[in-house]
Amino acid sequence: MSTISLPQSSYIRDNSRTFIDWLKSWLLTVDHKRIAILYLLSINFFFLLGGLAATLVRVELITPQGDLMSSDVYNRAFTLHGVIMVFFFLIPSIPAVLGNFLVPLMIGARDLAFPRLNLLSWYLYMIGGIFALIAAVFGGVDTGWTFYTPFTSTYSNSNVVMSITGVFIMGFSSILTGLNFIATIHKMRAPGLTWFRLPLFIWANYATSIIQILATPVLGIALLLVIVERVWGVGIYDPALGGDPLLFQHLFWFYSHPAVYIMILPAMGVISELISTFSRKRIFGYEFIAFSSIAIAILGFLVWGHHMFVSSQSVYAGLIFSFITMLVAIPSAIKVFNWTATLYKGSISYRTPMLYALGFIGLFVIGGLTGIFLGVTAVDLHVTDTYFVVAHFHYVMVGGTIMAYLGGIHFWWPKMTGRMYNEIWGSIAALIIFVGFNMTFFPQFILGYLGMPRRYHVYPPEFQILHVMSTAGASILAIGFIVPLIYLAISLRKGAIAGDNPWGATGLEWKTSSPPPTFNFDKTPIVTEEAYAYPPEAAERDAASWRPGSPL
Amino acid sequence: MATITHEEAHVHAHGPELQHQFETPEQQKEAATLGMWAFLVTEIMLFGGIFMAYIVYRWAFPEAWEESAALLNTPLATVNTVVLLVSSLTVALAVNAAEEGNKRRLLTMLALTMLLGLTFLVIKGYEYSEKFAHCAGAKDPISWITGSDLHESHECLVPGRGFLFPEEHGATGGSHGAAHTASMQSGHQLFFLLYFCATGLHAIHMIIGLGVMSAITIMALRDRFSPTYFTPVEIGGLYWHLIDIIWVFLFPLFYLV
Ligand code: HEM
Ligand SMILES: [Cu+2]
Repeated sequence: MSTISLPQSSYIRDNSRTFIDWLKSWLLTVDHKRIAILYLLSINFFFLLGGLAATLVRVELITPQGDLMSSDVYNRAFTLHGVIMVFFFLIPSIPAVLGNFLVPLMIGARDLAFPRLNLLSWYLYMIGGIFALIAAVFGGVDTGWTFYTPFTSTYSNSNVVMSITGVFIMGFSSILTGLNFIATIHKMRAPGLTWFRLPLFIWANYATSIIQILATPVLGIALLLVIVERVWGVGIYDPALGGDPLLFQHLFWFYSHPAVYIMILPAMGVISELISTFSRKRIFGYEFIAFSSIAIAILGFLVWGHHMFVSSQSVYAGLIFSFITMLVAIPSAIKVFNWTATLYKGSISYRTPMLYALGFIGLFVIGGLTGIFLGVTAVDLHVTDTYFVVAHFHYVMVGGTIMAYLGGIHFWWPKMTGRMYNEIWGSIAALIIFVGFNMTFFPQFILGYLGMPRRYHVYPPEFQILHVMSTAGASILAIGFIVPLIYLAISLRKGAIAGDNPWGATGLEWKTSSPPPTFNFDKTPIVTEEAYAYPPEAAERDAASWRPGSPL
Repeated sequence: MATITHEEAHVHAHGPELQHQFETPEQQKEAATLGMWAFLVTEIMLFGGIFMAYIVYRWAFPEAWEESAALLNTPLATVNTVVLLVSSLTVALAVNAAEEGNKRRLLTMLALTMLLGLTFLVIKGYEYSEKFAHCAGAKDPISWITGSDLHESHECLVPGRGFLFPEEHGATGGSHGAAHTASMQSGHQLFFLLYFCATGLHAIHMIIGLGVMSAITIMALRDRFSPTYFTPVEIGGLYWHLIDIIWVFLFPLFYLV
């Protein structure tokens, strides 16, 4: 419990003598915390790679002519960006890194239910990633991350099979993570930890896991059929052979719309934790937030058709999909209102994780509301396949998921490493990201509304000013992503010793040492109270004892 | 916040099979079973994609479906269905034997199950090779392999460039006559494509199932099970039942339309 030095033994330390032993102890580990670290490193690697591809795209778009690359190369650049960011960063990000690390800790278990399966899922992720990388190195793919047929199945002559195989394998990694979480959350909770005492992060991951095991196999089969069609020259999606290219879109979006909730639900879970901790208040409407996660998971399966309003699906199907799309907004809004109500009269401290959380709320509201615009068929017909859609999903995916991911990394950094990051640099980076993000993507709403189609590298000169703004913002954003890499790395050696509970937060993960021992708890905890049991007067006491110079 | 120590939690004796992350054998068993059920749901969704394609195309090409199904080897598939149903029974008996700690009966039942699974694969393999033999112009797989009795092929039901639907069965002729209604003859091809994909995927599961059963047999030989611990037999059995159930759906959908 000392705050002067790190604990003698923890999951990070081991007594391997040689480098090979040390390497083995990491690559063959079944400890959920170590696997989380493996995921952290590999996922961030892919994030940087995807960012590099995005840089290419943004640089090309500075001028209206296609001067840096041909349209063919441009197609490959944005496909690389999309495939990597969606399948190899956003989908695994929060569940595989933070979820892996925290689910057992938060429920007071020694590990996940199936530790070896967990390791396997990391290897599958890596194998899938290597396939995707090989596809990129040997010429890339030009189909867009959506792999639409008949382009993928018949016309494209890029490395479609290779990258689809990569995504297919990654899918199994995602399924295994979900399966593991479900069994763990059901069966491994500490004594006294009832469902309604669970942290909301657990609820969010539970809902995510359900989507992962139900939706991912459908993507798998859709992609498998593309491979079969390409390799054997048979026509399952090829209209010339009686196939139906729209079948692919249905199967693809049956996965990929729920998949956007795979990306956002865990993020919402993180935000619930952050908001409550840094307001020093009980979360407002716990049950509503918990059940809205489940509602989102269920409704998310019923709205895939809103990606296909212009695909010749029947008008009535369009209407129904449009209506259910509106319904999804309700649970999303419930969460936002509950977070805001939690803030109300809280003792809010603007530490770095909280900055990300507040940023999340603002940006997610914009992203979600524009989603509703898109869900209205009449509006969608005008802006579909324009930059408006691009801006919408970046607001939810970057403004939502990445903000929460970064906020979560900062929040649990002391738990993962035992040391604090530099608070000043942390806040600066969070602000840079917020500014850079809005500058990058807000102009894209306007661009799209004015009619700039997505996926083109040549555009009419009158759009240039907005594109230049967007690229400028992207450069700021890039700086904002690099700065944390530096100060987080420095903190590993130089950071102040954090102690068990630097934030004064509730939750079982803060009851053990930082970094935690291999089996998490010396003694199995028994839970006797609800989550977020900040005493009612905590916020007021904090406010009263505030003095100039005390931490924000 | 109260706590209990690990020692207290581990007071009652348990075998070496209790993994470190669990408190009690019951918890371990429940977790394993729940995990397996979740996995079965995933599997069903995997086949769900193919069933979706099946529904779409059957609706688009009802006649092609009817004509094509007639060309599948229904008697053999019926035998196979029986084989699988019996194997479901033997698996259930294996689980029962494990529960009673009867090692000999457990091993017999596992062996029988694997034998039945193998029989299924052999029969399925014969069915497939029949289709390939026809493409090569042979009457049956035997004469295909011996190379005797080859003639100009007038039927090829393996999807691909050589696909040829026999004239006498379809109103619209083979794929060479691309001139007449393209979509009609490709309906047949789609049927066989889905047939090969679905049954092929099922066969892959069967091969994995055989692997699982062999692993369980080895564990049983090494006396790893007891009446208190036989979770692998149970969840292996669940997986086997899944394979059977999927076949029970595939059989009527493809052979009996
Ligand atoms: C309030 C909830 C939301 C609603 C009502 C909504 C609605 C929509 C609609 C109608 C489209 C189709 C636009 C078109 O293609 O014409 C769309 C696209 C998209 N949305 Fe959302 N959305 C919501 C939340 C989210 C979230 C949370 C994410 C991700 C984290 C997300 C990611 C995407 C993506 C990636 C696309 C574009 C896919 C593509 O065509 O490449 N959305 N959204
Ligand atoms: Cu959607």
